[in-house]
Amino acid sequence: MVTILEVNETNKMIEQEKLDVRTITLGISLLDCCDADLDALNRNIYDKITRLGKDLVSTGREIELEYGIPIVNKRISVTPIALVAGRACRSEEDFVEVAKTLDKAARDTGVNFLGGYSAIVSKGTTPTDEALIRSIPAALAATGRVCSSVNIGSTKTGINMDAVKLMGEIVRETAEATKENNSLGCAKLVVFCNAPDDNPFMAGAFHGVSEADAVINVGVSGPGVIKHALEGVRGKNFEVLCETVKRTAFKVTRAGQLVAQEASERLGIPFGIVDLSLAPTPSVGDSVAGILEEMGLESAGAPGTTAALALLNDQVKKGGIMASSFVGGLSGAFIPVSEDQGMIDAVNRGALTLEKLEAMTCVCSVGLDMIAVPGDTPASTISGIIADEAAIGMINNKTTAVRLIPVVGKDVGETVEFGGLLGHAPVQQVNRFGCADFINRGGRIPAPIHSFKN
Amino acid sequence: MSKTIITVVGKDTVGIIAKVCTYLAENQVNVEDISQTIVQGYFNMMMIVDTSGSSKPYAGMVTELDELGDEIGVKIRCQREDIFTKMHRI
Repeated sequence: MVTILEVNETNKMIEQEKLDVRTITLGISLLDCCDADLDALNRNIYDKITRLGKDLVSTGREIELEYGIPIVNKRISVTPIALVAGRACRSEEDFVEVAKTLDKAARDTGVNFLGGYSAIVSKGTTPTDEALIRSIPAALAATGRVCSSVNIGSTKTGINMDAVKLMGEIVRETAEATKENNSLGCAKLVVFCNAPDDNPFMAGAFHGVSEADAVINVGVSGPGVIKHALEGVRGKNFEVLCETVKRTAFKVTRAGQLVAQEASERLGIPFGIVDLSLAPTPSVGDSVAGILEEMGLESAGAPGTTAALALLNDQVKKGGIMASSFVGGLSGAFIPVSEDQGMIDAVNRGALTLEKLEAMTCVCSVGLDMIAVPGDTPASTISGIIADEAAIGMINNKTTAVRLIPVVGKDVGETVEFGGLLGHAPVQQVNRFGCADFINRGGRIPAPIHSFKN
Repeated sequence: MSKTIITVVGKDTVGIIAKVCTYLAENQVNVEDISQTIVQGYFNMMMIVDTSGSSKPYAGMVTELDELGDEIGVKIRCQREDIFTKMHRI
């Protein structure tokens, strides 16, 4: 029987330490929506998403109310559109029409984001992939809730450097196409290496081809809970520190697992995975940087930051993996700058640079995330940054991603406001030395030697 | 059906348990266990209840208990027990 102390501990986590379930994401396969006629394709897509997703938001609210734990986002991910729309779309404009259909389906089901306006081009790019990629700036400018991602490499395939070059240009064009809105389109565009098929987190979620027709994936959170637990072990050794993170991650993940199972049962859709993540929000006390500082760093970005993040990431996984029957997605600590007040403060006080963030991405679950850079950053430089991150992912067998926002008209020292969960970010300095000749070589970087395991 | 945990936290005053139990009785909710402490004048109570005999929708009960709490001047939460057992038991 539960005790009053345990009940109070859980409710304190929820009320004071911002424990929540970050997202219930309904993955939907659109492979059976393919049609040679654009109108028929759009109709099939809209009908399937609204049919399967119609109860997602209300079910999420029901669970929230009955268990007393907030479920912050209800979202939908779909099959990469480049795989679905090839026969029907003959131009970039046709692809934008599909994006508008996705946006309407997202609005009508009540979800705040829908991911999967995507292409997987790890080794090569089909004409359909390229047309979709070229349509991304217009698609993100014409829609509000659609998120886009492109996977440009993997440990098994190496890095598609032609796609890396193209994505540098597409990020710039997206910034330009949404410049009236602080280049917000780029906040909904992720460039991946080793993208997982079952990631429930935006903007990079898509429903991979290895997945079932529909599936429920859940992303947990809880940086505030971990930070609070660590406040109780100040000055203690690393064994105690690690044990505390692990125990707390277990509890946080169990809440996510429960919500996932309930949502799956009530919606009649199979449970996929729980993503064991620490996802910060801009609100005070919900910061991954805050955990690093609680461990003993004067500021996130100080020497020791990479080690602190590495142990945090590892202990979250160790604690979380026992709490859930299936884990997947990105799983680990997220370090988006604009969505984490502690990271923003660290950048503003000069403690956290783009280079240090890059080092941190070697040991955490994602990559250079939600970082505002000057609007005049050359496309080739953005491609260079994407290539660096992809190389880290490829060599280390992990997911890496780049979500940079070259804010048109803004320069280092200025701040840009994205609003809501996307937060606000100081525009950060980018290395001014060029890499255009490297990026312009074209072709592929071969897969690393340790990928040959057959 | 799983049990429900009702918690009441707030400044101590006359008749808190009576009012909560009256509401539960009116809605055919059976109280199976009560534990209660008062720390520095703050009332802290947990009840384990069975709602399977109640015809009231669960969401309605959560909302009405919350409103009852506002009337008395305490915070009343009504949550399914699983959230606590899953988190604190392997």
